[in-house]
Amino acid sequence: MSSEPPVVVAEGIRKRYRLGQREPYRALRDVLAGVPRALRRGGRAENAADGLWALDGISFELHRGEVLGLIGANGAGKSTLLKVLSRITEPTEGQAVIRGRVGSLLEVGTGFHPELTGRENVYLNGAILGMRRAEIARRFDEIVEFSGVERFLDTPVKRYSSGMQVRLAFSVAAHLEPEILLVDEVLAVGDAEFQRKCLGKMQDVTRHGRTVVFVSHNLAAVRHLCSRAILLEKGRLVFDGDPDEAVDRYVGRGGERATAVLEGERLEERVAKRRLYGSDPLFSCTRIAVLDEGGLPTSAFRSDEEIRIAVDYAVVRPVPAFRILVTLTGGNQAAVLRTESVDGASGDGPLGLEPGTYRSEVAIPAGLLGDARLDLNVSLIAEVNQVIDYAAVVQLDVRFAGHGSNTRGKAYLRPLLPWRTEVLSEVEAS
Amino acid sequence: MAADSPAHVDERVTVIRPGRRWAAPDVRELWEYRELLFFLVWRDVKIRYKQTAIGGAWVLLQPLLTAAIFTVVFGRYGGLPSGGVPYSVMVYAGLLPWFVFANALTFSTRSIVEHQALVTKVYVPRLFLPLGAVLAGVVDFLVGSILLVGLMAWHGIVPPVQILLAPAFLLFLVATAVGVTLWLSALNVRYRDVQYTVPFMTQAWLFATPVAYSVLIFPEWLRGWIGLNPMAGVVDGFRWSVLGTHTGHLATEVLLSLGVTLVLLVGGIEYFRRVERSFADVV
Repeated sequence: MSSEPPVVVAEGIRKRYRLGQREPYRALRDVLAGVPRALRRGGRAENAADGLWALDGISFELHRGEVLGLIGANGAGKSTLLKVLSRITEPTEGQAVIRGRVGSLLEVGTGFHPELTGRENVYLNGAILGMRRAEIARRFDEIVEFSGVERFLDTPVKRYSSGMQVRLAFSVAAHLEPEILLVDEVLAVGDAEFQRKCLGKMQDVTRHGRTVVFVSHNLAAVRHLCSRAILLEKGRLVFDGDPDEAVDRYVGRGGERATAVLEGERLEERVAKRRLYGSDPLFSCTRIAVLDEGGLPTSAFRSDEEIRIAVDYAVVRPVPAFRILVTLTGGNQAAVLRTESVDGASGDGPLGLEPGTYRSEVAIPAGLLGDARLDLNVSLIAEVNQVIDYAAVVQLDVRFAGHGSNTRGKAYLRPLLPWRTEVLSEVEAS
Repeated sequence: MAADSPAHVDERVTVIRPGRRWAAPDVRELWEYRELLFFLVWRDVKIRYKQTAIGGAWVLLQPLLTAAIFTVVFGRYGGLPSGGVPYSVMVYAGLLPWFVFANALTFSTRSIVEHQALVTKVYVPRLFLPLGAVLAGVVDFLVGSILLVGLMAWHGIVPPVQILLAPAFLLFLVATAVGVTLWLSALNVRYRDVQYTVPFMTQAWLFATPVAYSVLIFPEWLRGWIGLNPMAGVVDGFRWSVLGTHTGHLATEVLLSLGVTLVLLVGGIEYFRRVERSFADVV
């Protein structure tokens, strides 16, 4: 698998819907009415602020045989992502490269016509899904048998019950044989028995080394069928990995690590070491939070975003010298980044603090980290020698947002460094 | 198929990225989907013949009745010239291509909006929707041609040699219909006003085209210029090929129409390509 290039490489896909663009249509008069407004804005009809990013920097790679589940709340961008990958709608930015034949199944029975018979619809629908006529003919009997509507094959579909229509439609879709299958929520159709049959079929499909991207609200199906899952939140990829963990995070059972703000008891649980050296505590920490540029708590970041870490604490008795240490650790506890409140200029030396409450904040600049899952460790140190260490307070998920890919694996640090290329000598092309 | 990757049965690589403004249509892709085009045409034809009570008879009856009316009004009472063939035959030979165009205006203009699911739920080359609707009309044309043959036999008209060029004029007709409806179908996605103006447009266009009358009613100097209406060249060219009727300035008229059609077609393809990427978001 490793030597083979990934079958899907998505890099920084963003999709903006202009507000109003999703309205059914515009009448000419609306356009004419909009002209004066556009003129007032200096001729620019489009404005970045008018837009809604349905997808915001989605990058991932998919290898052959992987079954990827896409989960997230309504409006998180799952269906939009699937539509971009199926080429139904174009991304605003970014790109995706797909190797192999793609079959997308966003709806069962697309193009079914009520006047046509079951047989005719099988051919029509198959062609719409991208099957060759010969391919449909070859699998026709299988399709019909799976659907269980043999007796009504030459009856117009309008005389079918809705259940029969769905069964026939799904059967056609289930016999699609692309290398990459994109499926949206189609398992939520038909009666319970048929649903079981569909799930079984999906399992078959995945066992045959087909690559599948699967959008579902059926979390049990995601756990069951997928080898990997991506969790989307407001157009952003917030988790990519084990399906169980993705589902846990989605339903909010992800535990403390998924949470970006810790206080009280949950913060207390993260204490790794506390040294008081015999005296009463000089201070206590009340809250540690990871925030985005807008000050909102989050633990998932794109590498082009600033990561802000805020530490709240209460000083009980005067502390002559106080400092805070922040360490980000990667796998095997290796320290990837460390910053201490005294690292900077001399003026920032150890603080002498009077009793009161304080908040210290540090920002890890954008454009420094690569693709990294890092643990945040915080130490508060008061001279003389009172220390509290917090370990793995928050797990940070950083996604590289630059142009390069991850074909050679991921790196913790991936700053955007200036590259320069010069010609040393030129050889004429033969 | 790349030789260095035997593991893949299909080494097709699709790159999805924001579209460039001006790009040629992906001919390879259209070719790969050619069977779908066939199925779309087949469906349109099948449904049209299935849903109506007298089925295929409509295809013959409509131009026949229209031809009868035009013959009586313009030929009998109006006493207009018909260029050496019976007025009814001249009119029918014009109506045959005209109805393909008129049906294209109606069905092809609505094709994208009508087949929303094919645009928003699955990927198919969108170009096939208006194209398929136009081609479905060609089937009607072929059926209607049988009647033309009968009509000519009845009047003892022997087709001239240039009847061999009739297929070329059919192609010209399709190109014109596609050229016009690519614009209209794409515009209709954004502005539904378009489909409401079509009935009026069709009517006005019919009278601006020498279908119910011959260009012989115009002064000499105008007969070539009427080719600015691409359907004029299509209709008169088709008539010339099957009936041998000559208007004196046919070459000018047909070439002018051909030029207009090519401009409409090339521009239409480009316009369609440019806006089709937002179809799914707008429709």
